[in-house]
Amino acid sequence: MTGATTDTALSPETRPLEPIAPSHRFVSDALDVVVRSIVPVLLALGAGAILLLALGRDPITFYSNVWKGGIQLTAWQDSAIRAAPLLLIAVGLVVVFRANIWNLGYNGQFLLGAALISGLGPHLVASEPRWLALLLLFLVAGGAGAAWTLVPALLKARYETNEIITTLMMSFIGVGVANILIKGPFQDPSVNIPQTRVLPLNKMLPSIPGTRIHIGVLVALAAALLVHFVLTRTSFGLRLQILGANPRAARHVGVKVPRLIVMSFLVSGLLVGLAAAADILGTWGYVRANWNPAYGDTVIPFVFLARLNALAVIPFVVFYAVLSTGGDLATQQASLSTDFLLVLVALILLFMTVIEYLGRRRALGASYLTPGLQQALRSPRLRRRTSA
Amino acid sequence: MRGGRFGRPPRRDERLRTESLNRKAAIPTGSQSGRESERDPADAPAVELVGITKQFPGVLANDDISLTVRHGEVHCLLGENGAGKSTLISILSGMVRPDAGEIRVGGRMVQIDSPRAALELGVGTVYQHSTLVRALTVLENLLLGETRGLRLDVEAARARLAEVAATLGVEIDADAPAGELALGRQQQVEIVKALWRGSRVLILDEPTSMLTPQGVAELQKVLRRLKETGISVIFITHKLHEALAVADRITILRAGRVVGAIETAELEGSSAEEVQGRIVRLMFGEDARAVADVAELRTDLEGEQAPLDEQRSEAATLLALSRVSARPVGGFDPGLEEVSLELAEGEILGIAGMDGNGQRSLAEVIAGERALSAGEIRLYGVPVERLDVSARQKLGLRYVTDDRLGEGIVSSLPVSLNLFLKRIGQRPFWRHGRIEHRSVEREAQSLVKAFDVRTPSISTRAGALSGGNVQKVVLARELSFEPKVVVFNKPTYGLDLRTTSTVRDMIRGLARGGGAALVISTDLDELLDLCGRILVLSGGRLVGEVENGPNAGERVGELMVGAGDVAAA
Ligand SMILES: Nc1ncnc2c1ncn2[C@@H]1O[C@H](COP(=O)(O)OP(=O)(O)OP(=O)(O)O)[C@@H](O)[C@H]1O
Ligand SMILES: [Mg+2]
Repeated sequence: MTGATTDTALSPETRPLEPIAPSHRFVSDALDVVVRSIVPVLLALGAGAILLLALGRDPITFYSNVWKGGIQLTAWQDSAIRAAPLLLIAVGLVVVFRANIWNLGYNGQFLLGAALISGLGPHLVASEPRWLALLLLFLVAGGAGAAWTLVPALLKARYETNEIITTLMMSFIGVGVANILIKGPFQDPSVNIPQTRVLPLNKMLPSIPGTRIHIGVLVALAAALLVHFVLTRTSFGLRLQILGANPRAARHVGVKVPRLIVMSFLVSGLLVGLAAAADILGTWGYVRANWNPAYGDTVIPFVFLARLNALAVIPFVVFYAVLSTGGDLATQQASLSTDFLLVLVALILLFMTVIEYLGRRRALGASYLTPGLQQALRSPRLRRRTSA
Repeated sequence: MRGGRFGRPPRRDERLRTESLNRKAAIPTGSQSGRESERDPADAPAVELVGITKQFPGVLANDDISLTVRHGEVHCLLGENGAGKSTLISILSGMVRPDAGEIRVGGRMVQIDSPRAALELGVGTVYQHSTLVRALTVLENLLLGETRGLRLDVEAARARLAEVAATLGVEIDADAPAGELALGRQQQVEIVKALWRGSRVLILDEPTSMLTPQGVAELQKVLRRLKETGISVIFITHKLHEALAVADRITILRAGRVVGAIETAELEGSSAEEVQGRIVRLMFGEDARAVADVAELRTDLEGEQAPLDEQRSEAATLLALSRVSARPVGGFDPGLEEVSLELAEGEILGIAGMDGNGQRSLAEVIAGERALSAGEIRLYGVPVERLDVSARQKLGLRYVTDDRLGEGIVSSLPVSLNLFLKRIGQRPFWRHGRIEHRSVEREAQSLVKAFDVRTPSISTRAGALSGGNVQKVVLARELSFEPKVVVFNKPTYGLDLRTTSTVRDMIRGLARGGGAALVISTDLDELLDLCGRILVLSGGRLVGEVENGPNAGERVGELMVGAGDVAAA
């Protein structure tokens, strides 16, 4: 052997791998959640305060009015009621988003369910016992929501059609059909405005004794718990997660991908439909033509902030429910439009994107975006080019 | 001004080793630092890494590593799976930030905090695993890195692609979707991408692991051409003969540390066996003996399978394909055309052929991932075409895919779940659709141990494992719970010598224990080492059969080439 070698150590002592201490992991996980999920909300509230100042309003009064109108005394009960449909929709979106499937047709699914039960409701509650009528109406709404996802689901399962486009299209059609129903067969003949007949108060969803909170809120909470359990503990949930994380692996390990796509779409539509039932049977009692609360649009940022976790969605939805319930009072007092609340939601979305961008560069914990979406964020310019 | 005041290589080498880690130095950024410190670029090494340290959760991946790469040299980095090679080059290419240490490029201290920064410094990288966006075309993939100007100059890019491809001596279809190219071709695109901006340093992480012998020879030619133009190459491989063929210098890593280096003089001055022996000792330390009988280190591979062969005539047929056809996939896999074969108990049957000749279709059709358009598959004499993947898996029919990261594992899931991906919903790991965490974890622990998967814990993300260990996870999944007939697609690519020999022993063990293996490989040596019979697959058809024996390699080669000629005619 020649002398030009530079051995430094022939046999380095073997260093056993130390398992990561659980406490350590817990701390970093907690930090993760704070940075990725809560910081955008705080930043948005801060930016909202600056905006209020610029508009010549007092942010402290504004936010304390939100508190007063959304939580104090019995206001929290109104917030809880408002949270019910939001939560059901959010959970319905979690199911599909987990699988990297984008069901954006929630408005159509919601309104179709709402129109159907507002039309059928008055007849059903008149002829059947209350509990049976309500149960049937929940099923009708859920079924309508689920059925309205079927076309996009089958198209995607069979031909890999882009579901963003098909669900949006079906949504437009669904909204249209709902309006036709309200103005046509379901029109209340006794009034001039296009709206359905109003459910009698004593035939709507019963309340929890001692409160105004109707049991639709409990249905929503139960749905969130159930979905969380299914997603984290069952084979169905794991298959969904695999499909979302790596569709090719899903195929490789024998997941029946087309069937799973259809199933997750149906569950998603069902939950959106149930949201309509909870909202109509619990809160409104009728639907007016051209009414579109677009709950899904406001709730999407929170679904991402909760990182597609059905349990974590609860606090975020509650937060928004309080903000919007209290916001009614606060905006009124500050003589602002309630649209200001949407500005706050938009700010949350904005800061979420910023943190997401920084997070990629600085490793601020795990992203709540699925790999496909991260790719899209990373190369938006190219996306535009290829679609052009 | 050669031989200026700074940096004569020998002295610098010595200094590097003694230099302390936390030495504070002014870090010039952006433009060139003052005249004083400027060295003659020909004098300074192309790249120097000093005291690089990187800790991952539970693993010290790089431990005070120092390395010098000179201009126009091919510097090989060797080391067992998980030694820290990929981590080190990820640091150099801006993918990972070191915890400590410094990097100098062309004598200038630099901070490389993004892949773009690396490219701007003239350091281009081809990663171990494809970074191409499958849905985009080759040209679009190349344009992804473009930052100048808002408009993408497609025509200029096309010209540049032709130019780089010509330098490399390869032909690349600019408009083919990247995902539809054969793996070997994808890699050429990756090399083009690395050289796109005129890099002076090219990093190749296991570039040959999926290439055919011709591909390897081509690559070696490419490397020689690059060397002539003064480009330095950092080359990671697990194949010693390749390292010896192309390397000017070799550095060996083990458990995150540099454990030795072999200089040009020694490479030229001593025999190949001497050098190989030394490298193996450095790579594996006391375990070196276990590696001694790896096929790679021997030359007389042919004709060793006689005992297995004799059994074959009496043994039962486990798997039989009769006239199986499958439709082509994209432009990448020709599908299958009337493929018939029989696999007997105790047999290891080889499928030779260049990449993209229907290997994937064959494996997927057998595993149940792809439907046949005609023909019949029988397992233990029973038709199975109608059974799905998990039903076949349950019957003992297994498939070790060659696309480990692409489909073999779900990188965001923990190692433990990845071990059970093909048993989702099955007892005892799931009951009534509910996962039994306790049994999953217990079983995962024992699999990790049995297959020697190097992972900090079973709850580590599978994507954090080194390439070799990902393969062990896949093997553990497929070879546990009574495997009977196993299709191996390139079972040892990317594995170190020791793991390669372990895997081959597993394959032999499977056959000896009454199972059977179908080994699909582009590595002829591997087939000669393992198989009794070798079938040659070309254009989706079986074009010949060769009994392992004297001259078997040559005959397989002739069949591959001959079939190519027929197809071209
Ligand atoms: N992102 C990461 N997170 C956690 N651990 C990691 C990460 N990347 C690498 N590691 C760990 O660091 C060690 C070194 O990995 P590395 O990929 O550098 O090995 P390698 O020498 O390239 O091995 P191979 O030959 O198998 O490719 C391994 O133990 C691996 O598990
Ligand atoms: Mg590696």
